[in-house]
Amino acid sequence: MVSIELKNISKSFGPVTANKDINIFAKGGEILGLLGENGAGKTTLMNVLSGLYRPDSGTISINNEEKTFDSPRDAISAGIGMVHQHFMLVPIFSVTENVILGNEETGFANFLKLSESERKVKEISEKYSLFVDPKEKIERLPVGSQQRVEIIKVLFRSAEVLIFDEPTAVLTPQEVAELFNIMNSLKATGKAIIFITHKLHEVLEVCDRISILRAGEIVGEADPKVASNKELANMMVGRPVNLSLERRSSKPGKILLDVKNLSVLSEKLDLAVSDISFDVKEGEIVGVAGVQGNGQTELVEALTGLRSSLSGKISYFGQMVPNMNPRKIHQIGVRHIPEDRQKSGIIGNFSVGENLILNNYYAAPYSKHLKMDWDVVSIESQKIIKNFDIRTPSNDTLAQNLSGGNQQKLVVGREMSSHVDFLIASQPTRGIDVGSIEYIHEQLIKSRNAGNGILLVSTELEEILALSDRIIVLFRGRIIKEFESNPAPEQIGLAMAGHSI
Amino acid sequence: MNMEVKSSYHQIKQTQLIGYILIALGIFSTFVFSVGVEGDAVFRLSRPRDPLALQNLVVPASPYNFFVSFVLTFLGIRLLIKRMSNYSSLYLGLGFFLLITCFLVWATAGKSFSLTGMLQATVVRATPIALAGLAGVLSERVAVINIGIEGMLLVGAFAGAVFGSIFGGLIGLIFAIFVGALFGLLLAVLVITYRVDQIIAGVAINILALGTTSFLTSHLLKSHPHLNDAPIFKPIKIPFISDLPVIGPTFFQHNFFVYGALILIIASTFYLFNTGIGLRLRAVGEHPKAADTLGVNVLKLRYLNVTLAGMVAGFGGAWFTIGSVGRFDEAMTGGRGFIGLAAMIFGRWHPVGALMAALVFGFADSLQQKLAILKTPIPSEFLAMAPYIATIVLVAGLIGRARAPNAIGKPYIKE
Repeated sequence: MVSIELKNISKSFGPVTANKDINIFAKGGEILGLLGENGAGKTTLMNVLSGLYRPDSGTISINNEEKTFDSPRDAISAGIGMVHQHFMLVPIFSVTENVILGNEETGFANFLKLSESERKVKEISEKYSLFVDPKEKIERLPVGSQQRVEIIKVLFRSAEVLIFDEPTAVLTPQEVAELFNIMNSLKATGKAIIFITHKLHEVLEVCDRISILRAGEIVGEADPKVASNKELANMMVGRPVNLSLERRSSKPGKILLDVKNLSVLSEKLDLAVSDISFDVKEGEIVGVAGVQGNGQTELVEALTGLRSSLSGKISYFGQMVPNMNPRKIHQIGVRHIPEDRQKSGIIGNFSVGENLILNNYYAAPYSKHLKMDWDVVSIESQKIIKNFDIRTPSNDTLAQNLSGGNQQKLVVGREMSSHVDFLIASQPTRGIDVGSIEYIHEQLIKSRNAGNGILLVSTELEEILALSDRIIVLFRGRIIKEFESNPAPEQIGLAMAGHSI
Repeated sequence: MNMEVKSSYHQIKQTQLIGYILIALGIFSTFVFSVGVEGDAVFRLSRPRDPLALQNLVVPASPYNFFVSFVLTFLGIRLLIKRMSNYSSLYLGLGFFLLITCFLVWATAGKSFSLTGMLQATVVRATPIALAGLAGVLSERVAVINIGIEGMLLVGAFAGAVFGSIFGGLIGLIFAIFVGALFGLLLAVLVITYRVDQIIAGVAINILALGTTSFLTSHLLKSHPHLNDAPIFKPIKIPFISDLPVIGPTFFQHNFFVYGALILIIASTFYLFNTGIGLRLRAVGEHPKAADTLGVNVLKLRYLNVTLAGMVAGFGGAWFTIGSVGRFDEAMTGGRGFIGLAAMIFGRWHPVGALMAALVFGFADSLQQKLAILKTPIPSEFLAMAPYIATIVLVAGLIGRARAPNAIGKPYIKE
């Protein structure tokens, strides 16, 4: 059976050490969990393994034979297959075309033998129960099936070592369960599997051994049979972590946000949000759950004035906002944490201080008679930096040089430092470290306890369950289900997959 | 996403719009092309000495145009009543086609006009545009925007003329392709290796080509006229089928450039869509990182195709000199490279699509030329605009957003 061993792998980018003296080992018929936070160096390690990067030092051995990879091709031919976090699939290609890309079977004059390849893809998909139509275009497949195509891709190249990089990030709970079945059956056929994730319960559920990566180093190993959530979290973060949030029960007051029969078109003129109605009251967090791409983005954009709605009514604090635009919405006391901090939360080339006043730079005290008062900006921004624990050398540092977690705290700080009446938080903790997640969650709870209304949009089910007082589930732009109190995760999972009962 | 809901919403809007457009066209052609028009329009289909001569096509102008205007209006109303149709783009295409026949009948009323001659000129004039469009397809399919095609046409034309004058047409053609390849390679080096902005690099190539050829024309060719007197490729009549009426003269009595363009279009279609390397090329244009993770050499394939695009453009450029007039004049390509790019978009980044679009542009070109002979009341420059305006309308909204390769314009950087 296959075995793979990494010895003393180090890799740095300039002054940043991404991996330092990493030693891991996996053999056929087992699943090794590689647990670590975002930014712990997991992805770098996997890119080393899959031949995209060359390590600065250290060796990779397969079946006790030392190997060097100059390109992904070398890693593939050594039997390593990577299931990428962001699927490496060409959307307009068929399943088969994606699978054979780079390993095409061709005949005369390099002509593709597509039907033969289709037959092979079908064989693999049947052998490993990875059901998918070889002729279907990727863009027409649901995410779960796209992932199956990724797995077929590596099996087509006869991979013996399969690496799954954060494979559950985009899946519904049901799809996750199915993925774990697939991983177990692959394990049973003697493949070695390395499962990279930051989700504790997943490694506990499916892995045979666990290695924990922190700040580029392996800091320990754990046995999933005896380890607990808390132990793993502490090892992963490097200090005791408070996993459960304390909340007082909510005392909903009057209605702050009232949405009636709202429909919104997407960029491509699809009906992204279709005739939905809901409200958010004082002192409660309403969670919007759903798999990514089911209308959340367009809903939030409509509510914040970034996108005009097709029909329906949006009223804040009992009043319709005429000619809604983002500035007006902000002026009446609505704050917005956008889903993509890089794209719409911060301006990377601006300093931290400048970013902190982006939402009201035009008003006093920052701006007087057409002139900015940079001294006030500096004083105020330093206050926010301190209050919201933004780790930055100074407020003149460019925002792009901060870590993801601190960039997100910057956005949260900007939106929540001035008076808040209503907060729309979209993916407030996506891709950031546990410490920052903890902190942001505390801020949201604090704001709710102070009587503010919060609309929390998240694709992380755990986040929704931990924070929300009420939950609505979006599926294909409609509210497919509403939950008044905390339901079982399976129920929400079913709704996220489109089952309304 | 909710597929049914979204597509139907879009379709209803589109169908309505097309319905209104058709009605407007019908009203327009009633008042402009039908009312007060007298006489018959005579279309000549054959020349008297053709082996299989056809009778002239005689169309009573006013009745025909009234009838067509009625059909246009009827189609428009039908679309409005149906509210939703999968074939609305087809209706629109048909509508424009009918309008053009109306226009021709109106312009020819009381006179006679060689229809076959116009179709033949259409094919000839479409050739360089189709080749420029193909060059665009080849390079944009690997995600490299190629604004420099105009310049590549120009250097191809120049090299063809000069080397054709010295060594004869065939050697001239080979040099034109070679010089095109050099310019393609230059673009590749700039945008792939040095990651210069693709638009700027393309514009630079155009300026370089224009400047160099203009300089050499005024300083070299003016004083040595024998360097600018190249033989022209003779038409080759394909046996038997070239004798067919209408079809023969239109398609089978051309010189090597027309047939070469057709062969290149067909060959590129197979190259891009039916071969292993084609699959890799398209992957490189859509999702280079995915290709890279599977061991496909992204940069090498981009180099390959951008250079090929240069060769095709060089070939297309040679048409202007050794395929047409035999001598080089400053800036003689007259923007055909850019029209070729429009043909590429219109043709949805497909070689055959680009050819079809090029035929539409070629038709516009030859129509304008022939109408000058008919002496219509409208200035011919203005007439020449109409098809382009129609194209802008088509490309802008109605054909549906044609999708460019996803990675277009972005240099590939391995992290």
